[in-house]
Amino acid sequence: MLSESVVELSRLQFAITAMYHFLFVPLTLGLSFLMAIMESVYVMTNKQIYKDMTLFWGKLFAINFALGVTTGLTMEFQFGTNWAYYSHYVGDIFGAPLAIEGMMAFFLESTFIGLFFFGWDKLSKRQHLMVTWLVAFGSNLSALWILIANGWMQNPVGAEFNYETMRMELVSFADVIFNPVAQVKFVHTVAAGYVTGSMFVLGISSYYLLKKRDLAFATRSFAVAAAFGLASVLSVIVLGDESGYAAGEVQKIKLAAIEAEWETEEAPAAFTVFGLPNQETQHTDYAIKIPYIMGIIATRSFDEEVKGIKEWIEENEGRIRRGMIAYDLFKQLRQQLKEGEINEETKAEFEKYKDDLGYGLLLKKYTSNVVDATEEQIVRAAHDTIPQVAPIFWSFRIMVACGVLMLFIFVMAFYFTAKRNVIEQRWLLWLTLFSIPLPWIACEMGWIVAEMGRQPWSIAEVLPTYLSVSTRSVGDLYFSLAGFIGFYTLLLVVELYLMFKYARLGPSSLHTGRYHFEVGDK
Amino acid sequence: MSIDYETLKLIWWIFVGVLLIGFALTDGFDMGIGALLPFLGKNDEERRVIINSIGPTWEGNQVWFVTAAGAIFAAWPIVYAVAFSSFYIALLLTLFALFFRPVGFDYRSKVASPRWRATWDWGLFIGGVVPAVIFGVAFGNLLQGVPFHFDDELRAYYTGSFWGLLNPFALLAGVISLSMLVMHGAVYLQLRTEDVIYARSQKAVKVFGALLIVTFALAGVWVAYGIDGFKVVSMPPLDALPNPLAKTVEIVPGAWMNHYEVYPWTMLIPGLVFVGAFMTILLSHFKAPGLAFITSSAALVGVILTAGASMFPFIMPSSSQPDSSLIVWDASSSHLTLTIMFWATVIFLPLIVLYTSWVYRVLRGKITVQHIRTHEHSAY
Repeated sequence: MLSESVVELSRLQFAITAMYHFLFVPLTLGLSFLMAIMESVYVMTNKQIYKDMTLFWGKLFAINFALGVTTGLTMEFQFGTNWAYYSHYVGDIFGAPLAIEGMMAFFLESTFIGLFFFGWDKLSKRQHLMVTWLVAFGSNLSALWILIANGWMQNPVGAEFNYETMRMELVSFADVIFNPVAQVKFVHTVAAGYVTGSMFVLGISSYYLLKKRDLAFATRSFAVAAAFGLASVLSVIVLGDESGYAAGEVQKIKLAAIEAEWETEEAPAAFTVFGLPNQETQHTDYAIKIPYIMGIIATRSFDEEVKGIKEWIEENEGRIRRGMIAYDLFKQLRQQLKEGEINEETKAEFEKYKDDLGYGLLLKKYTSNVVDATEEQIVRAAHDTIPQVAPIFWSFRIMVACGVLMLFIFVMAFYFTAKRNVIEQRWLLWLTLFSIPLPWIACEMGWIVAEMGRQPWSIAEVLPTYLSVSTRSVGDLYFSLAGFIGFYTLLLVVELYLMFKYARLGPSSLHTGRYHFEVGDK
Repeated sequence: MSIDYETLKLIWWIFVGVLLIGFALTDGFDMGIGALLPFLGKNDEERRVIINSIGPTWEGNQVWFVTAAGAIFAAWPIVYAVAFSSFYIALLLTLFALFFRPVGFDYRSKVASPRWRATWDWGLFIGGVVPAVIFGVAFGNLLQGVPFHFDDELRAYYTGSFWGLLNPFALLAGVISLSMLVMHGAVYLQLRTEDVIYARSQKAVKVFGALLIVTFALAGVWVAYGIDGFKVVSMPPLDALPNPLAKTVEIVPGAWMNHYEVYPWTMLIPGLVFVGAFMTILLSHFKAPGLAFITSSAALVGVILTAGASMFPFIMPSSSQPDSSLIVWDASSSHLTLTIMFWATVIFLPLIVLYTSWVYRVLRGKITVQHIRTHEHSAY
C-alpha cells in the first residue's frame, strides 16, 4: 500500500509549484503580445516613444520571464520525480505534447528572447519586430501544447489501456489535439493571460498618471492596455470554460461541484450565487439562487438537465462494481501473459469492462486486491468520486467576481481613453492601480477549479491520483517541499523587489535622458 | 511513410543521444563558463564580459535540456519515470542549482551593490558546477546499474540511497563531465573575449583538457577491470510490445567492453575523446579557438557516445534485479507515439538548428569591457 501522507505531500508540492509557476506564465503570455503590439506601432509610425514603451515593458517582462523559466523547469522534472507511476502509465500520450512543446514553442521563445533584448543594434527594425512576434507566438504556442496535455488529463480521448504494456496507449493523436476540453482551455487561458498583461500595464501606467509623471508615455501605454485588455476580458468571459464541461463525466461532476448542486434539478437549473456547501450533509446551507441561469450557462439550452452530485455518486458506485470485474479480468490476463497463453474469451470479456477499470482502481486506496473490497469500501470509493465541493464552489465565484470587476475597469478605461480625459478620472486610476492583483487571483482560482475539480483522478476516469505517485519516502518529500518553499519564497521576494524598483523608476530606467528622473519634473 | 517498430526504437535511441549531445554542446559551455566565472573574472566589468558572452543565448541552449527530458518522457516514458524518481534527491539538487541561472543572468546587473552581484556570481557558479557534476554522476551510476525493480503492475521501487549514488566511480564520472564542460566553456570564451580573459581561458583549457584525458582514461580502465557490465541473455523479438519484465539479464564482469572487442572500429569513439581533448589544448594554445571549438565538441560527443555505445542496448540496468533493466527494445512508447514524435523531431530539429545558427550569427563578435561600458544599463 502506498503511504497516504506521501500522496498528500506530493499533491501539496505539485499544487505549490504549479500555482507558483502560474504567477509568471499569464504575464508572459500577455505582456509579450503587448510588447509586440507596441513595437508594431513603433515600426509603423516611427515614433521613438513606442520603442521606449517596448523597451521599458520589456524590462519588466524580463524580470517576470526569468522566474517563469525557473519554475517551469520544476514542472518538467516533477512528473518524473514525484509522479513516476503516472509518467509510466500515461507517458505514451502525455509525454508527446510536452516534448513537442519543447521543440516547437519553448525553443522558439527562448532562442529569440535573447535577440529581443540584445539585438536592437544588430537587426533592422523589421527584423527586430519579427523577433518580438516570434517570442510572443512561441509563448502562446507553449500554452497550447501544455493545455493539450492538461486537457487530456480532464478528458482523456484518443487513447486506450493496453494490459500487455500496463499503460494507456495512443490511438488517435488528432483526438488528443482537437480534444474540445483542450481547445476551450487554451482560448480561455491565453485570453486570461492577455488580461493579466493588460491589467499590469494599465495599473502601472495609472500610477504614473496619478503621480503626473511621464504623461505621454503613460497615456499611450494606458491606451494600448485598455484596448487590448477590453478585447481580452470579453473573450475570457464570452469564451469561458463552461462549454468544455460538456465533455466527459469528470467535467460534468466538476460543474455540479462548482454549482454545489447536490440534487438533480429540473431544467433549466437555478444558479446558486451564494451558499455554504457542506460535504458531510450533502447540502448547501443559506443558498441564494437565481432561477434558470445555471441551466443556460452549463447546457446552453433550456431543456437539458444538469445532473446532481448525489446521482453521480450512485451512478459511480455502479461503475466501481464494474471496475472490480474489469480488474479481476485484467489480473487474469496478466497471469495468462506471463504463462504465454492468452485466453481469447477473457480478453473479449475484459474489452467489455475495461472502460471502468479506472473506477476499480479507486479501491486500491482501501485494498490492494480490489476484487475483495467490502461494501463499505465500495461506498467510500463512490463518495471519493466527488471532489471537495466548497473550495471549488468558492474559487469559481471569486474568479468570476474578479472577472466582472476587471470587465468594469477595462470598459471604463477604454471609455475615458476614447474621451481623452483619463488623467482626470483619479478614482479610476486609483481603482486600477489597486486592482493589479485581480487577474492573478482569478488565474489561481481558475486553476483550483480545474485541478481540484478533477480529483480524485490524475487522469479523469482512468488513473486515480492516489496511484500516480512515485514510491518515495515521506522524508524525501519533506526535503523537496522544504527546498521548494525556501527557494520560491526567496525568489519571490527578490522578484517583487526588482519589479517594484523598476516599476517605480518607470521609463527613466532606460537611461535615455528623456524621462522624469533624468530631466527633473516637467 | 511508416517505419517499422524495431527501427523506430533504435532511431529513438539515436534521437535521445542527439538531444543530449545538443545539450552538452550548447548549454554545456554555458555551464562550464558558469563554473569559471568567479575565477576568470577578477572584477565586476570582467565578470560582466564573461556573463554577456553567453547572456543572450544561454536561454535557448537550456531548452536542449528541457526538450531532452521531454523527449525521454514521450519516447521512453518508463525510463523517465524510473530514472527521475530513483535519482530523486540528486535531481532536486540539480534543479535547485539550475534555479540560479535564469535569475542570476537577469537580476545580477539590475542592482549596483557589489554584494548583490557577488551573490549572483556564486549562484551562477553553482548553477554551472552542480548540474555538470550530477549529470556525470548519473551516467556513472547507469554504468554500474541502479538498484530498482518493478512489481507486476510495473510500479517501480528504488532500493538504494542518495549517498549510494555518490560512489567513487560515479564521482569520477562527475569529474569527467565537469572537466569536459569547463574545457568547452573556456574554448567558447576564447571565441568571444579578448586580452586577460582570453589568456585565462587558455590556461583553463589546458588544465581541464588534461584533466579530461586523465580521468577518462582512468574510467576506461575501471570499466574494463573493475565494473560489472550487463548482458541480455534472452528476450522477446525486437518489435514486441515493450514489457520490461519479459527478458532475462545477467551481470557479467567486463561486459561493457564487449562491443569494442566484437567491433574493433568502435574503439574510435573513445579514441575521439583523447584526440579531441589533445587537439583542443594544442589549438587553444596556438590561438585557433574556432578549430578548438570543433575539436572540443568532438571530445564531448565522444564521451557521450562512449557511455551510450558501451551500454547498448541498455538504457538503465538494474543492479538489484537485472531482469527489470530497461533496454532500448522494451522501454519505448507505442509504435504510433514513436512515429508521431519521429516526424515532429525530423521537422523541428533542423528548424531549431537553423534559427539558432542565425541568432548566433547576428550576435557574433567579441564582447569587450568597452562594450559593457557603453551598454551599462542594457547588458546583463
